[in-house]
Amino acid sequence: MNGRYSRQELFPPIGKAGQEKIQNSKVAIIGAGALGSASAEMLARAGVGHITIVDRDYVEWSNLQRQQLYTERDAEEQIPKAEAAKNRLKQINSGITIASKVMDIHGMNIEAVIKGHTVIVDASDNFETRLIVNDAAVKQGIPYIYGACVGSYGLTYPVIPGQTPCLQCLIDHLPAQGMTCDTAGVISPAVQTTAAYQVTSTLKVITGNSLEAVIQSFDMWNGQHTSIHARRLLNKNCPACGKDPSFPYLNYENLTKTAVLCGRDTVQIRPASHRDLSLEEVSLHLKEAAEKIKVTPYLVSFIYENHRIVLFKDGRALIHGTNDVSTAKGIYNRIVG
Amino acid sequence: MTVMLNGKEVQIPDHIGSVQDLLTYYELHNRIVVVEVNAEIVLKEHYTSLGLSQGDRIEMIHFVGGG
Ligand SMILES: [Zn+2]
Repeated sequence: MNGRYSRQELFPPIGKAGQEKIQNSKVAIIGAGALGSASAEMLARAGVGHITIVDRDYVEWSNLQRQQLYTERDAEEQIPKAEAAKNRLKQINSGITIASKVMDIHGMNIEAVIKGHTVIVDASDNFETRLIVNDAAVKQGIPYIYGACVGSYGLTYPVIPGQTPCLQCLIDHLPAQGMTCDTAGVISPAVQTTAAYQVTSTLKVITGNSLEAVIQSFDMWNGQHTSIHARRLLNKNCPACGKDPSFPYLNYENLTKTAVLCGRDTVQIRPASHRDLSLEEVSLHLKEAAEKIKVTPYLVSFIYENHRIVLFKDGRALIHGTNDVSTAKGIYNRIVG
Repeated sequence: MTVMLNGKEVQIPDHIGSVQDLLTYYELHNRIVVVEVNAEIVLKEHYTSLGLSQGDRIEMIHFVGGG
């Protein structure tokens, strides 16, 4: 051995035995934005044997301020985040397996994605995805480490099925439309701190150290730190972790066919059934009606009716320049039919 | 009155009598929040009935969606 993990092995709560567990573990990271980048890099360096990273988006210039895995070149080439992340993580640690999934998580596909993983790290950017992952995690008994941040504020909480109240117990309803969107900006210290808490929890779970049901929050700018023990929020009738669970978010496919992306002036449209588009064909078909058509191995981007549009191989589209679902649907139908 | 909010001593206006008033004051009433008063989580149904007193130790964590 080259001593690659020696500093971690010297840390008593992990040790050589813990390091072996880390190398044999499989971690799924849901989202490859700011939190996902930060967690993925730490976990890859720590030697987690298998990392699955899932994301629906591609790299843009506004990501580079805080999404540490990505370069200017990734933004220029509009590389899907999951792919760009995989490329970078392989450079960081060639001794581990990285699986990238360019896809939109929903209630019908999440269970297959997380199956067989040791821990799930939350790096999503919306409540709905989190509740979908929470249902699947509880159902399969996989620890799920919630984390979120905005501005200089962040918070984390470990969902340990059978031990701690689940996320649904804490968040018993989706916030009203408009309240889910964090348009206040974010600074990278808030990202890094949130991810640091999540990775600490992840390493604890993997190495068999116990975790308490504590919600931790902090505000980096104001130097505040708060923690609350969540035991009392355990809901015996919780639809996810209660005694007769219905896992409502695993049936919600229809609810999320269209999604207004937070603070992005963008609508995502996902086709009812999975498609496998030929991007070359689509671009030929668009030649007359669209401008600035660019085809990459993963997506085709173009300007159509003054909207910037990105269409992925699986038929998913991001319609930029609108928050109006019906406008976006109309455009989508004209493009893909 | 003066309370300890998230570890800091703060002065809040006298019209704030309940947890609900406090959430409204900090514009967190439409958010998903967990509130603890004197080391005990306050359940939602008690937000309006639970009165606050001088010197209370209050912890307030709101959930956000960003990532
Ligand atoms: Zn629950």
